[in-house]
Amino acid sequence: MKVLACLLLVSVIGAAAHAAQAVTAGPGSGSSAERAFAYAAGRQPQLAPAGQEEFVPIDELPPEDQLPAAPLLVTGYAFAWLAIFGYLWSIWRRLGHVERELSEVGRFAEDRPRT
Amino acid sequence: MLKRLFAPCLVLGVVLFAGAPFVIASARYESTMGLIQKIFYFHVPSWFAMFLGVFICGVASAVYLFRRTSASDRLAAAAAELTVLFGAIGLVTGPLWGRKAWGVWWQWDARLTTALVLWMIFVAYLLLRRYGGPGSDRLAAGIGLFGMANAPFVYWSVNIWRTVHPKTSVVPTLPPDMGGALWWCVAAFLMLFGALLAARVRLEEQRVTLDRVYLELDG
Repeated sequence: MKVLACLLLVSVIGAAAHAAQAVTAGPGSGSSAERAFAYAAGRQPQLAPAGQEEFVPIDELPPEDQLPAAPLLVTGYAFAWLAIFGYLWSIWRRLGHVERELSEVGRFAEDRPRT
Repeated sequence: MLKRLFAPCLVLGVVLFAGAPFVIASARYESTMGLIQKIFYFHVPSWFAMFLGVFICGVASAVYLFRRTSASDRLAAAAAELTVLFGAIGLVTGPLWGRKAWGVWWQWDARLTTALVLWMIFVAYLLLRRYGGPGSDRLAAGIGLFGMANAPFVYWSVNIWRTVHPKTSVVPTLPPDMGGALWWCVAAFLMLFGALLAARVRLEEQRVTLDRVYLELDG
């Protein structure tokens, strides 16, 4: 009986040491029994992610996941470009108009007979 | 001084803008938002430029109110237009990003609402300058000053109240590749802001000269 108890104690200590080694070494190390012991000892073994079980159509996703991002991104960039360079063009056009008018008024003022 | 800044700011701004897509493409994707997060590299710089316009308009308006210098009035009017322009870019790119990231175009949270109100204050400034008649320049200067006083509330709103908008702690904690792309785009936007401001002030100066010439002719 005493020999049996000692043998049992040694095997438990050995298994615990092996399990600790398997947990720290990572997935794939040690036997399935050791992994089961580690789980039973309260530590989760590291498992590979499960393969995809089904295909989900895009219209069953939440709304924010259904939208493609590229058109929104391109629209944002295009708006910024158009706004900035459109404004630059409008300033150039308005400045040209005012400077033309200024030169015409200047010529009129010079040509006007002085009273 | 502004006249001399126009050409270098424009050239540098266009070069930086042209290089921006490559710099943005080299930045890593954000883990939760993916491709749509890249709007960030135009959205944030546009608000940088808008806030610069707000402060220039506010300070120039204060100088005009207390000293009545016409140069500061012209600068304030030019800065207000640019504030509206860059604010519009921010208000368009934000919802495009939000539609994908949050699932909605708009939320009436503190940041978005205060930013919209700030933009509308400067739209009101421009409407007043355009249609206000005599004396509207001083009234508009008061509005410009009020707008500048609102800007800190817009900036700090995300830290004070619970909002759906990201907090101000995002930018200082960016990794180098994302931070580099952001500051590249900020530089591009600010260079273009400088060029547009110089051009707009020149336009205002020429209009004032034209008015003076007409007054002299009538006199």
